This record gives sequence, structure tokens and C-alpha cells, in this order.
Amino acid sequence: MELLERLFVNIAGLARTLMAGWSLPNSIIELVVLILGIIAIIGLIIVDAIILVWLERKIAGFIQERPGPNRLGPAGVFQTIADTFKLLGKEDVIPRSADRWVFRLAPPLVFVPAIMLYAVIPFGKDMVPVDLNVGLFYCFSIASLGTMSFLMAGWGSHNKYSLLGGMRTVAQMISYEIPLLLSVLGVVMIVGSLNLSDIVAAQKNVWFIIIQPVAFIIYLIAATAELNRGPFDLPEGEQELVAGVYTEFSGMRWALFFLAEYTNMVATAAIAVTLFFGGWHGPWLPSWMWFFLKVYLIIFFFMVIKWTYPRIRVDHLMHFGWKFLIPLSLANLLLTGVGIEIYRFMRG
Amino acid sequence: MGINVEQPADAKQLLKHNIILTSIEKVLNWGRAHSLWPLTFGIACCAIEMMSTTNSRYDLSRFGSELFRPSPRQADLIIIPGSVNKKLQPLVERVYNQMADPKYVIAMGNCAISGGPYRDSYTVLPGVNTFLPVDVYIPGCPPRPEALIDGVLKLRERIMHPERAVKVSQDEQ
Repeated sequence: MELLERLFVNIAGLARTLMAGWSLPNSIIELVVLILGIIAIIGLIIVDAIILVWLERKIAGFIQERPGPNRLGPAGVFQTIADTFKLLGKEDVIPRSADRWVFRLAPPLVFVPAIMLYAVIPFGKDMVPVDLNVGLFYCFSIASLGTMSFLMAGWGSHNKYSLLGGMRTVAQMISYEIPLLLSVLGVVMIVGSLNLSDIVAAQKNVWFIIIQPVAFIIYLIAATAELNRGPFDLPEGEQELVAGVYTEFSGMRWALFFLAEYTNMVATAAIAVTLFFGGWHGPWLPSWMWFFLKVYLIIFFFMVIKWTYPRIRVDHLMHFGWKFLIPLSLANLLLTGVGIEIYRFMRG
Repeated sequence: MGINVEQPADAKQLLKHNIILTSIEKVLNWGRAHSLWPLTFGIACCAIEMMSTTNSRYDLSRFGSELFRPSPRQADLIIIPGSVNKKLQPLVERVYNQMADPKYVIAMGNCAISGGPYRDSYTVLPGVNTFLPVDVYIPGCPPRPEALIDGVLKLRERIMHPERAVKVSQDEQ
């Protein structure tokens, strides 16, 4: 168990000693270890996406009382691989009237912030790629960059449905960013640090979901809206907007949007685990295994929500965000502040 | 077909170098065959059967085809479920042209195949193969969901084994 616990840390250590044996300068060794880490994270993202797409289709089937994909491999696990090959072979269509550069840049620019989120997440004990002291702040500032690329996709396509979808995405993401940040502030006030490792360390005895249940619920709702997932998947509302921002994208360009959605979902779930579910803390199992167990549990919850609730209307979405979630999160903030003061007073 | 390609002297050598390309084609065909995403496109009563095919009782998703894409750019397969009349024809053609290659067409039901009971009407086209390259014809009025699933499986077989497909030129029909 101890070996498993230290598995990834030991691999990095092994790489370091191996290269030290070749008498390479220290800076190059650190660079190589960093690149290895980045490759590992990108591999994780792609494997995650392949598993999650399959899981999503299976869960959709489970909820709608049908088997879901089950022909390719055991329980259809190779379905996503077939989809990937097909998408690789699809024609790349760029509309003649599209803004070529904006259109081409949008899918990678959605994907980049999604990967960058992984830089500060503590995956396990001593397993945080970059231990940033403003980690949480970094997370939310990077995550909001994704909004811009949705607008780019909508504008660049030169299609009315795309543009409407892009505008909706921006409106939705900006409105739900505020309750998302306000809900997280309560945790920051209790810990007194923006460092994600510190936040995990502070939950050694009690998880913050017990102290901050309202904040967790607000976070979950706002994060679902940030991810553009059902019941908040208005940007691609088929009834009104064909496929919203994705209308003009084909093949791999569209697949990148999809990949970014799943990458973002894992990152959001990881942040939720870090903030409210004690991060990698847990008995018996290795820390990183606990972390991924919790992350997948939250992702399962996201998927069940998506396949059980109908899409909500645009005006209801705005009302809910501005008139309910923001006041609620402000009240939560006030209560947290008062609670902290009372706690300090009691302890003297 | 009918084109004589002169084989170079070192044809076998060339084949050896190109063998990797044919394998890639096989892998891509495997992917294409197993993830046919249809376009959300319905015309008449056959569309009702098409919707029923994706629901719990028949479940097209077992074969990886339940992801009906609303945008033609992401769809691989257009199912023509119903009679296409002269006013609809340019729109169907436009939607077909908007799809990204490789794309496949299934003519579902008698109306799509030949015009069905409306064949002699002055407004209805006698079959979609007058303007679209149809891959699979599914007869029936309307065909049952099992027939549509069988059609999708036939199309899969056709994509996996392109050499088996017999090309019939337009004037032979």
C-alpha cells in the first residue's frame, strides 16, 4: 500500500536520479520532469474523456431503461474509440463566409484553459503539479477564459444560430461565475488561504461539506451552468438553435469542443472534491485513488442530473442566477463570517 | 472500373510501402461503420418509426447510432424518412451538401424509395435517388424499427467491406 501511495512520486524521483546519473544540469532535469508530468496529465485527460463519453451514454441508457452501446467490446467500451477514429477521418468544413482565423482558433482556445486548470489540482499526497499560493484564484481566472473562445466560435462561424448560441453561452457563464466565486469564498474565509494544498490540509478532520453545505449546493449548480451541461445546456439547445455554437464545426474541431467539455467537467469535479470533500484524505486506500473515487462520484452525479432534468428556459436561467443564487451565496458568506467570529470568541 | 492503370514494374515494392495506408483505411472504415450518427431530420410517418427506433423498446444506441446530431456538419448519415416533394427537394439537397464527408444516405420507406403511393402525383419526386446517392433502401410503409436497424447494419457491412458494394450507374436503373 505504501508503494502504491508513493507510486507517482517515486516515478518522478526515479526519472530525476536516472538523469542525474547522466550528469545533466539541474535545470534540464527539472524541465524533463515537468514535461513528463504534462504528458501524464494530457494522457489522463484523453483516457478520462474516452471513459466518460462511454459512461455518459451508458448512464443515459440506464436512466431511459435501455442497454446503451453494447456491441463493441464488453458493454460497448470500445464505442468511443470507434467514434474517435470516425471523427479523425471526417472532412474539415470551413464555411466560405466564416472568419477563418477566429473559426480555426476557437476550438484549441476552448481546450487550452481546460488543460491549464489541472496545473494546480492536488491529485494526492505530494502530488500537486504546481503548488501555487493563489491556486484557487488561478483556477477561476483560467476557467473564465473559456467564455471568450465560445464567443469566438459563435462569431467566427458567421451563422445566426452560432452567434445566438455564443451570446447565450457568454451571458450564462458570466452570470453564473459570480455565485460560483461567492460560494467558494466561504471556504477561503475559513481556511484563510487560496492555496489548494492548504485547503486540503485544513480538511484533515472534517470535510467542508459539513461546515458549508449551502456553499456546496450553490457551487454544484453554478458549476453545472459553467460547464454548459444539462439542465443548463442552452448554448446548444437543439429546439431553438440547431446546435448553438457548435453548428458549423465538423470532425476534430467539434471533437475538441467535446473533449474540452469533459476535461472541464473533470476539473470542476476535482475542484469540488478539493474544496468540499477533503481532497485526497481518506482511510486505507492510496490518496490519489481516493481523490479519483470522489471525482468520479461527483461526475456520476453531474450525469444523472443531465439525463433526468429537462432543459430550463433562458429567462428562468437568468432569474435563477441573479435573483436567487447570488443573494443566497451572499447570505451564506455573511453567516460564515458571523460563524467564524463566534468561533473565535468562544475560543477566546 | 474500366480504367486501365498501368502497373509499374516494381508494383510489389510499392504495395509493400503502401500497405500501411490500406491498414489506416481499414481502421477508419471500422470507425465509420461503428459510429454512424444520423441527422435529426424527419419528413413523414417514417420519422415516427425512426424516433421509435432510438427509444427504449428497440434502442439503436446498442449499435452506437443513437447520437442524432442536430447540425448536418457533425452527422454521418441522413435518413430520408418520407416522401420528398418538389418543394422540399432543394432543402434536402442543401442539407445533404452541408454534411461533411464521408456521408451516407438511407432511403427509408416506399415514398423515399420510389414515391410510393404518391408516385404519380405532380408534386412528389419518384424516389430520392433522383438527386441523392442512396446507400441503403429500406422498403415498408412505414418500415418497422427492426427494419431500420437492419438497414443501419447493412450500411455498416457496406462500409466495412467497400469491395462488396456493386456500383450501379445512373442509366442502368
